[in-house]
Amino acid sequence: MTVTEAAPKPPAPVRRTGDVVFSGLARAAGITILVALAGVAVFLTIEGFPAVTAPASAMGGKSGIVLYVWPLLFGTLLAALLAMIIATPLAIGVALVISHFAPRKLSRTLGYLIDLLAAVPSVVYGLWGINFLAPRMVGLYEWLEENLGFLPFFTGPASSTGRTILTASLVLAVMALPIITAITREIFAQTPVLHQEAALALGATRWEMIRMTVFPYGRSGMVSATMLGLGRALGETMAVAMVLSATGVISFNLISSTNPSTIAANIALQFGEASGLKVNVLIFSGLVLFVVTFIVNFLGRAIAGRGYKGESR
Amino acid sequence: MAKSIDVSDLDIYYGDFLAVEGVSMTIRARSVTALIGPSGCGKSTFLRSLNRMHEVIPGARVDGKIVIDGQNMYDADVDPVQVRRSVGMVFQRPNPFPTMSIYENVLAGNRLNSKRMPKSEADSIVEKSLKGANLWEEVKNRLNKPGSSLSGGQQQRLCIARAIAVEPQVLLMDEPCSALDPISTSAIEDLIHDLKSDYTIVIVTHNMQQAARVSEDTGFFNLAGAGKPGRLVEMNPTSKIFSNPDEPSTEAYISGRFG
Ligand SMILES: Nc1ncnc2c1ncn2[C@@H]1O[C@H](COP(=O)(O)OP(=O)(O)OP(=O)(O)O)[C@@H](O)[C@H]1O
Ligand SMILES: [Mg+2]
Repeated sequence: MTVTEAAPKPPAPVRRTGDVVFSGLARAAGITILVALAGVAVFLTIEGFPAVTAPASAMGGKSGIVLYVWPLLFGTLLAALLAMIIATPLAIGVALVISHFAPRKLSRTLGYLIDLLAAVPSVVYGLWGINFLAPRMVGLYEWLEENLGFLPFFTGPASSTGRTILTASLVLAVMALPIITAITREIFAQTPVLHQEAALALGATRWEMIRMTVFPYGRSGMVSATMLGLGRALGETMAVAMVLSATGVISFNLISSTNPSTIAANIALQFGEASGLKVNVLIFSGLVLFVVTFIVNFLGRAIAGRGYKGESR
Repeated sequence: MAKSIDVSDLDIYYGDFLAVEGVSMTIRARSVTALIGPSGCGKSTFLRSLNRMHEVIPGARVDGKIVIDGQNMYDADVDPVQVRRSVGMVFQRPNPFPTMSIYENVLAGNRLNSKRMPKSEADSIVEKSLKGANLWEEVKNRLNKPGSSLSGGQQQRLCIARAIAVEPQVLLMDEPCSALDPISTSAIEDLIHDLKSDYTIVIVTHNMQQAARVSEDTGFFNLAGAGKPGRLVEMNPTSKIFSNPDEPSTEAYISGRFG
């Protein structure tokens, strides 16, 4: 169906109702998202602003908003970074098994199982972390303290409950695994057959073929997948709030019972009994998290957008 | 370096589908053997079985023997990776590695053997292989540019350079000129002519004149009928195939194409 009313002007391009409707819908959806995002940012800024001049009483005795937020930000970044160090190699390994090593049937099952991990509510991960993972980590932490105690990460004293930042990071790693695996396996599976066959025909083993073609092809995808996983780990609230026994210190000691808290977990734990300026302080920390997550996701998208140099005709 | 190949009673399958049946032929060393036949008769399939690239496809397998240098390459104790290092392959579509420079593309196969190579040796392999592929003069000043920055014909010659850099015994080519213009095609035909003194070459082509120009022997593949597997109908010296073939179907195919 063409728009015939435009007929008198000859060069009018042909416009189809379907295209017009669809592009309108797409545009509306895009604008809605932007408006929502801007709304959140405005809300956080307005409500968080009073925190800048809040008295120490509203910030648990800290004498400035920076002193209040910085340890939380430190804990957030540390936990998320650790989670990525654990999750990324694992996720890439699983993605490779699914895309290149396992027989087709097995890899499909494996893919479903990993996707299922994404559907588990974070409260359940929290429960799993407290009741299952943490007690089982105690032995390992004692071993680490004894044998690797000279490293600043393992100076101890080892936590007797296992509810350390390392345990929290492990839980976060499991939670970030599905998104990283899902993206990287899609990208690995798209590596042009042409190039994979070129490597194999030169006498590459499967692993050499993967290093020559799959990894270079998927590099930007791997980076952006990690960034998206990082975004998830940064913002995760319930699981960390439940698992971590936090005291608000700044420390690289990963196995002791005094741990830094994270922004999201801190908000979840404090919000219930907060009032007045305390609420503003919490919202301000939320703004910081919002900005950090935004930057991480933005970087991830930017790197992913750069794509694959060279063609795959 | 160059070796002859003896194929006997080769059946090639994709899963349960028998694509090529009962091929027996001898491919002479230091000569060019052309494979011709209608589309879908199994030329590529057969060619890929000569360096065990066929089995890369899930479910694909082969029955029968292919003997090079006294060794059946389908014996249980033969590693397909080793076979592919001594039987090189050039594909229909040029496929240089897009993330590697021209220089690194040429060395890709040598790097796999993963001995640390001194720079001087690497340089000389690159120069020799690119000269061997008639590409040196065109790229010697931009060896660090990506392989994908070349034209299609240059890319295909780069792929040939990459294949001969590891000094294989056999070079397989699947319609290496079908994506190229007449000038690049003639450059590659000249190249095949030069390479034949060192390598055993098997080339699949749809171009009768090309088969007649470059090859010593020609094998004609055909389908026995729709849904039936492809077979080797006739294998003879190229001059005989094109003047006085044994089989009427060869005659029909060739004259149909020649018009
Ligand atoms: N990956 C595959 N899986 C299943 N069947 C295949 C596959 N590749 C090829 N075949 C089948 O094997 C038969 C031979 O195909 P092949 O590609 O070897 O033909 P060809 O002679 O090279 O044709 P062309 O001249 O068009 O390249 C065809 O029936 C084809 O459908
Ligand atoms: Mg073919």
